Amino acid sequence: MKSLVIIEHDGKNIKQTSLSTITAAEQISKDVEVLVLGSNISGVLENLKKTDIISKVNYCDEDFLKHQIAENLSEVIISFLKDKEFTHILLPSSTFGKNLGPKIATILDVQQISDIIEIFDHETFARPIYAGNAISKVKSKDSLKVITVRPTCFEPCAQNSNVSDEKFEVSSNQSKSVEFVTYDQSESDRPELTSAKIVISGGRGMQNGENFKLLEGIADKLGAAMGASRAAVDAGFVPNDWQVGQTGKIVAPDLYIAVGISGAIQHIAGIKDSKFIACINKDEEAPIFNFSDYGLVGDLFEILPKLENELN
Amino acid sequence: MKALVCVKRVIDYNVKIRVKSDKTGVETDNVKMSMNPFDEIAVEEAVRLKENGLVSEIVILSIGQDSSQETIRTGLAMGADRGILVKVDDILLEPLGVGKIIKEVCEKENPEMIIMGKQAIDDDCNQTGQIVATLTNYPQATFASELKKNEDGTLNVTREVDGGLETIKVKIPCVVTTDLRLNEPRYASLPNIMKAKQKKIETIESKDLNLDISPRLEVLEVNDPPERKAGIKVPDVSNLVEKLKNEAKVI
Ligand SMILES: Cc1cc2nc3c(=O)[nH]c(=O)nc-3n(C[C@H](O)[C@H](O)[C@H](O)COP(=O)(O)OP(=O)(O)OC[C@H]3O[C@@H](n4cnc5c(N)ncnc54)[C@H](O)[C@@H]3O)c2cc1C
Repeated sequence: MKSLVIIEHDGKNIKQTSLSTITAAEQISKDVEVLVLGSNISGVLENLKKTDIISKVNYCDEDFLKHQIAENLSEVIISFLKDKEFTHILLPSSTFGKNLGPKIATILDVQQISDIIEIFDHETFARPIYAGNAISKVKSKDSLKVITVRPTCFEPCAQNSNVSDEKFEVSSNQSKSVEFVTYDQSESDRPELTSAKIVISGGRGMQNGENFKLLEGIADKLGAAMGASRAAVDAGFVPNDWQVGQTGKIVAPDLYIAVGISGAIQHIAGIKDSKFIACINKDEEAPIFNFSDYGLVGDLFEILPKLENELN
Repeated sequence: MKALVCVKRVIDYNVKIRVKSDKTGVETDNVKMSMNPFDEIAVEEAVRLKENGLVSEIVILSIGQDSSQETIRTGLAMGADRGILVKVDDILLEPLGVGKIIKEVCEKENPEMIIMGKQAIDDDCNQTGQIVATLTNYPQATFASELKKNEDGTLNVTREVDGGLETIKVKIPCVVTTDLRLNEPRYASLPNIMKAKQKKIETIESKDLNLDISPRLEVLEVNDPPERKAGIKVPDVSNLVEKLKNEAKVI
């Protein structure tokens, strides 16, 4: 058995999600290679080659791979796989992997196994269904398996090695039906939501975007990432990519602080693997208290300034 | 432009899920069923495009049992023109099988836009749109939060990705999967619900399509997730900070 991990990166650096996916791959088979696709990715390569566990870095560095268009990436991946004997192809279940994985699986005529959270053996996996309200244990009958991995369920692997690389040459076969236009990247000096040790999120109870400043001060003090409930995002308080939950980002920090969030199942789905959950809510009956290690009942507008002070 | 909207009947998002005691799945008897919320957004988008004169006909497709007729009717009441139900006996249909059926229907219907939710809230797979795009060889625009038609007939689609918003330009025919921010679906009015009863739903038996839609995954068991126990209520801010520092040791 031999696994191939498709690496997610931002053009400069690999994402933590890739390191978690490599850890998952190792649980299936000790023989793990990676494939990274992009344009001008020497920085990514340098970083990637330090990664433990993997035996080889395969890469394809071409202009037309710059924008990570799924049609282009999948073409290259399929031609790379020709004459190779991989039994498992793994991607992180980030928007990158979710967009790309099913394409690869479909071309290979296999049923992708989405968002696995546990590995029993090379063909048996656990995956959450119904927003994590049930866990399905599935066995794949496909000879080659395409898998997306929930990164928060696997520790990122260490990077203390020096791995060799090999370039994979392709003739540009750029899709004519899809074209990159713009990327409006969320600017932030804070840690990434999905890998931060502490996350503080606001919900509808914050009332408006301006009030999120009350959370910022606390986030600064704690070195926390900031998130939000769907209601807060829908209302336009904060950017879309702050949404935590079943259909947003899955987080599993050491500490999750939910402020003015009721605790709908779709939100809980995104936070319940957090080590500790604390909440601030004025309604003592709010479901969020049933999932919180520490709950504080009260008006967030009174509590947050005090909390920021107390952290001094 | 003709739009094909794919909709799935799922357990309503407000229902508390109960795992069956024999671990074969979740309780569905006497449970409220609804259209997958993301598919509702897809129907709404198609209806808006039609209202803006960009779409001429909306066909709703669902794959399931007879009960899925009801889900199709919901889409017809929102403003779609007609429906297609592909009937399957095997309730363990997987995304790849669904994708193959949708592709078959596309060959017959030739839609210029295929639109559906980015994920179904039952199996949470997030695959079908990508599968259909691959099988039809149409470009895919997943996780869409905005659609704009360009002068040259192409579509600009803004996608919700982990790091922000990405916009791509796709030629039609194309596949679009919807994210939450694309629109807010309307409620069907009573007159429209009545009108929808007259609209046509064609039924196709999946076995007549001669496709290999047999499951590739075997569900060994379905379990409850590990429970998260409620902790304590703290009296005030200092106590909260003290606990986080000295008990949880996370700050
Ligand atoms: C298909 C689908 C997918 C979804 N996906 C997600 C998802 O990924 N993530 C997500 O979060 N939601 C998701 N939802 C939405 C979810 O069902 C809830 O509607 C949403 O999480 C509610 O957000 P909220 O808790 O901020 O708002 P509310 O439920 O309105 O709660 C606001 C809370 O703030 C408290 N509050 C108000 N004022 C104050 C104050 N001054 N001080 C203290 N507390 C105060 C209130 O007591 C209340 O508990 C999804 C829904 C659907 C249908």
